[in-house]
Amino acid sequence: MKGKITVAAASAAIAALALTGCAGGSDDAPASSGGLTIDVPDVPMIEELGDYEGSVDIIAWSGFVEPAWADAFTEETGCTVNRRVAGTSDEMVQLMRTGDYDLVSASGDASLRLIAGGDVQPLNLDLIPNFGDDIVEGMKGQIYDTLNGKSYGIPIGRGANILQYNSDVVTEEPTSWDIAWEADSPYAGKIIAYDAPIYIADAAVYLMAHQPELGIKNPYALDEEQLAAAIDLLKQQNEIVSEYWADPAAQITSFVGGNTVAGTSWEVLRKLTEDEKFKSTLPEEGSTGWSDAWMLSAESDSPNCAYAWMDYASSPEVNGAIAMNFGMAPANAAFCETSDEAKAHCDYYNATDEEYFEKVWFWTTPIEQCVDGRTDVKCTNFQQWTDAWLTVKG
Amino acid sequence: MKRRAQLAGLLALPMLWLVGIYIFSLVMLLVTAFWTTDPFTSKVKPGFTLANFEQLFINPAYSAIALRTLGIALMVTVLSILISVPLGIFMAKIAKPWLRAVLAVAITLPLWAGYLVKILAMRVTFTEEGFFNSVFAPLGITGPGFSQTTVVLTLTYLWLPYMAVPVYTAIRQLPPNLFDASADLGAGAWRTIRSVVLPLIKPAIIAGSVFTFSLSLGDYIVAKFVGGSTQMIGSVIASNINLNPPIAAAFAVVPIAFVVIYLLSVQRTGALERM
Repeated sequence: MKGKITVAAASAAIAALALTGCAGGSDDAPASSGGLTIDVPDVPMIEELGDYEGSVDIIAWSGFVEPAWADAFTEETGCTVNRRVAGTSDEMVQLMRTGDYDLVSASGDASLRLIAGGDVQPLNLDLIPNFGDDIVEGMKGQIYDTLNGKSYGIPIGRGANILQYNSDVVTEEPTSWDIAWEADSPYAGKIIAYDAPIYIADAAVYLMAHQPELGIKNPYALDEEQLAAAIDLLKQQNEIVSEYWADPAAQITSFVGGNTVAGTSWEVLRKLTEDEKFKSTLPEEGSTGWSDAWMLSAESDSPNCAYAWMDYASSPEVNGAIAMNFGMAPANAAFCETSDEAKAHCDYYNATDEEYFEKVWFWTTPIEQCVDGRTDVKCTNFQQWTDAWLTVKG
Repeated sequence: MKRRAQLAGLLALPMLWLVGIYIFSLVMLLVTAFWTTDPFTSKVKPGFTLANFEQLFINPAYSAIALRTLGIALMVTVLSILISVPLGIFMAKIAKPWLRAVLAVAITLPLWAGYLVKILAMRVTFTEEGFFNSVFAPLGITGPGFSQTTVVLTLTYLWLPYMAVPVYTAIRQLPPNLFDASADLGAGAWRTIRSVVLPLIKPAIIAGSVFTFSLSLGDYIVAKFVGGSTQMIGSVIASNINLNPPIAAAFAVVPIAFVVIYLLSVQRTGALERM
């Protein structure tokens, strides 16, 4: 127990360093993640497990809970798995608040809201033997699932929001996001953008590289001036956008139908086009990304089945199966050693390449406390992002 | 006494439906418009604030979106009338019975398919390498792509039956001797339509327009799939319903206001009584 917590704390500090480029306050106890302490409702942690309740209700991203591995779990434990697929982080948060679900596969922009809202409970890592040393460094004790020294999430996998392009039209591999942001882009009118307020962070990542005078150190810690600059950039992009996507099917048909030739995407969506002419790259500016974790509802009525699921889904085989199905880097690095195919998958998605993921800013809920460590200024919160996002499309 | 009890028994279910479910849920939604959202957790907290309504006025995007939606709904309505009236006259007065039957089926056919299926069909039609562009490319015509124009076309496609059917029925009911009388008095086809047909089918047109107008006003799926970056009132409500329910509720008052104003103005014409 102690050992694991220390590892988590240490990597929280490393993560905070990598995330913020600021050493202030990240060396003390796990009580702070990068100098950040947030008042969190006190939800008790489960000390020991009891009998299985017979079923577990899970909110998940499409492809995370599939019969291929859920059926074996039911056979093993007697817990029937009821899946509800959610399309966005915001939907997941809203669904979790109904209290009807036990587990959620939350991304970083949802998890902080859930923790601060008292909707999820701290997890007892001792009860999840599969959460061990094999979990990749970059996914342990991250700010968005470990708060005030308590762990709230069991990592599933991670991925970057990549730049996808149609190589018939974009013949040279782009090295920069500029073709998707600049008004004089040769592909103006054929750019696709993501349709959610969190996409503001993508603009911020671009500004970090191209307008250093703004002083953005973390795309999720924007003061009002920086937010305004990001919104201006998004408005500029709005002029050259063909579509905004929130629905994966719409994104795929937009590329395949020729309305879009470049724009933000997930590796899995590129694969689903089933066409080799669609290629992807992680541009030099880096990108935003997501890191997902299982989280347990504070009002869960089947905590035992839920713990069993978290443990089951963290095993190398199942975690790998989820990662391969969704098209992301698995959290459990032990999977990479299980077969040649697994190895190839891990290499393709840079599963253990922390250097690659250093360029990726994982979705985090923006809050008033600047997560980059600045204390002389108030950062903009997610509500402000939501209001500002509205003005982008006009 | 007994009659009253019978009447009450008969009305109980529809009233329960109307008041209990329909009106109550609407009121609950509108009450939320005065509540606040926690900026960090996006949890809704009961209270009383007018800040959400203030936002609608402060942020120019809201009024721009409201006006755009109003414009789209009006355009859909006008387009539906322009298609329905000549079609109705042709079907009711000119077409042979077999052709009339074929056209009636053709008009109502879109109602048979699922709503989402029809929208996706339009998406496929107007996509860059889709049906429209490939057919009209030889003529040098390119389609509107995913834009506001496509939204209007798609909404017209969706709601046309609600206009075409009442208009056709109204024209069929016009006695043929009115047309004869008009012709005898020396009126041409245009004059007959303008002075005889249109005034008589006005209630049907208004009845149809209530549907095309209010259905277009509330739609957001069309804008999402064929609108490109077009935002309608519904799009904003949909994207805020999880993030900031109070502002979504406040904005939901706008289309309600539009429909109430529309109904009041058509009611003044006396058309609703004859519906």
